[in-house]
Amino acid sequence: MTKYIDQGKQDTRSGFGAGMTELGRTNPNVVALCADLVGSLKIETFIEENPDRFFQVGIAEANMMGIAAGLTIGGKIPFASTFANFATGRVYDQIRQSIAYSDKNVKICASHAGLTLGEDGATHQILEDIGLMKMLPGMTVINPCDFNQTKAATLAIAEHHGPVYLRFGRPKVANFTPVNQKFEIGKALMLSEGTDVTLLATGHLVWQSLLAAENLENQGISVEVINIHTIKPLDDEAILKSVKKTGCVVTAEEHNYLGGLGESVARVLATHYPSPQEFVAVQDSFGESGTPEQLMDKYGLNNKAIEAAVLRVLKRK
Amino acid sequence: MPNNQNLQDLVIQVRRDILRMVHKVNSGHPGGSLGCTEFFVALYNEIMDLKEGFDMDGKGEDLFFLSNGHISPVFYSVLARKGYFPIEELNTFRLINSRLQGHPTTHEGLPGVRVASGSLGQGMSVAIGAALAKKLNGDDHLVFSLHGDGELQEGQNWEAIMFAAGNKVDNLIATIDRNGQQIDGATEEVLPLGDVAEKFRVFGWDVLEIKNGNDLDQVITGLNEAKKRTGKGKPICIVMTTVMGHGVDFMMHTHAWHGKAPNDEQLDIALSQNPVTLGDY
Repeated sequence: MTKYIDQGKQDTRSGFGAGMTELGRTNPNVVALCADLVGSLKIETFIEENPDRFFQVGIAEANMMGIAAGLTIGGKIPFASTFANFATGRVYDQIRQSIAYSDKNVKICASHAGLTLGEDGATHQILEDIGLMKMLPGMTVINPCDFNQTKAATLAIAEHHGPVYLRFGRPKVANFTPVNQKFEIGKALMLSEGTDVTLLATGHLVWQSLLAAENLENQGISVEVINIHTIKPLDDEAILKSVKKTGCVVTAEEHNYLGGLGESVARVLATHYPSPQEFVAVQDSFGESGTPEQLMDKYGLNNKAIEAAVLRVLKRK
Repeated sequence: MPNNQNLQDLVIQVRRDILRMVHKVNSGHPGGSLGCTEFFVALYNEIMDLKEGFDMDGKGEDLFFLSNGHISPVFYSVLARKGYFPIEELNTFRLINSRLQGHPTTHEGLPGVRVASGSLGQGMSVAIGAALAKKLNGDDHLVFSLHGDGELQEGQNWEAIMFAAGNKVDNLIATIDRNGQQIDGATEEVLPLGDVAEKFRVFGWDVLEIKNGNDLDQVITGLNEAKKRTGKGKPICIVMTTVMGHGVDFMMHTHAWHGKAPNDEQLDIALSQNPVTLGDY
């Protein structure tokens, strides 16, 4: 299989921050908003270099989403940022009415998504955000896998007209995709070709999938690994092409199995090419406090869980 | 002063439009619409600096955001009669395949509408955003917004009120329609709002009052005074007292006509109290 090298662990939120720094220098229409989490979102450099294009809204996420919607009227491209929990569930109606239904060019940038937020516990670990956002008509949903890809996605969404939900995280994870890559919204990325099983992963689970695939290869199982960085619009074509070759699929995501990537993939398969599928995802529960590694292990979201899911799905072929 | 007779005629005609629109589809919100008719007529025909035609960005012109979107009948009538879309289109209010949705939307591309509203409490934030964009663009035009008084029970308003003062959004004029009514009864009984003007004042806004929002002269004078106070470091709030259902005697001073259309007989009586001026659509 194709080998990938970890260029050094970094957090995806810092990829977002790096993207914002670049946008601050290159796109005068980009403005940023934050709800009292500037340090967590890593946008200090953007603020320092563009103080007039940053709006600190305080602990008031609903107002932030509305102001972001208003800023688009006049041609600004607002990047509204906070934790994923407060960027989605807390302000769902503001996003639905003022942004999505009104077709406003707002970029909702959500850090600390999923279990890997860690010790803060379930109050802050949202596992439902992908589902909430993908259900909104016209909303693009992106969950990049590492620092480099998050930076590239941040740059790409500024060029895309329409509301976007960009989801990233807190922990330092492997950074293995190319520096300065071109990010194409809605285009799945083939990471490693294989013939026995298709492994569709998003976000932090992409690296875990590569680790799992390497181990499985040693057991004589050929795994095709595809990075689904865009959950909506989903790259149906790439998914079907792969599953028609392998005949089965495992989906992997740091999200509830209800409403996430797995269900989107199941819809595509049920409609066009019914195939056995196993879900690596949280089994309809809340999270809890712990280290990211402990949580990903306990809730079955690491390379070991992916390997087990692959072995299960192969038996159902 | 403008030619007030023309504006008065328009006020009456808009009231007729409102009544006929909601009657035709037996739904919609006449009470608040009738109460805010003078405000809308004055705003669009006397106060705001508007460009020809409509584009979403609205650079180089004043903007208006309706937060209490359920009073769409008055908004649509005034927009149509200002020339944003054909007056005959008022016939399609709330019908399937119409651009005139129950609550205003951008989704169907109706000229004059810049954000969906109706889920209450969101309009002030959007107006603030648009006002900030004007400042960033070096555009010295103003942003106006209208909010129901009951709507102030939504907490997002207070986030917005705090932000606008803290960030000196002084190109914003937010008007509160203080009609004292909401669906379940009087605002002071459902959830008391208390002294709205004082609340805005202590949050750091410059507040003025229009004692009778159904007196066209008072509305024009109040809005002009508000314009004069912009650009001085504070957002402007107008607390405008109106009578819900104004212009139709049996609809006044009650919340009963918040979201109820008149029947045939009631329509006839209501229209007889507002005889044709400019011509029905």
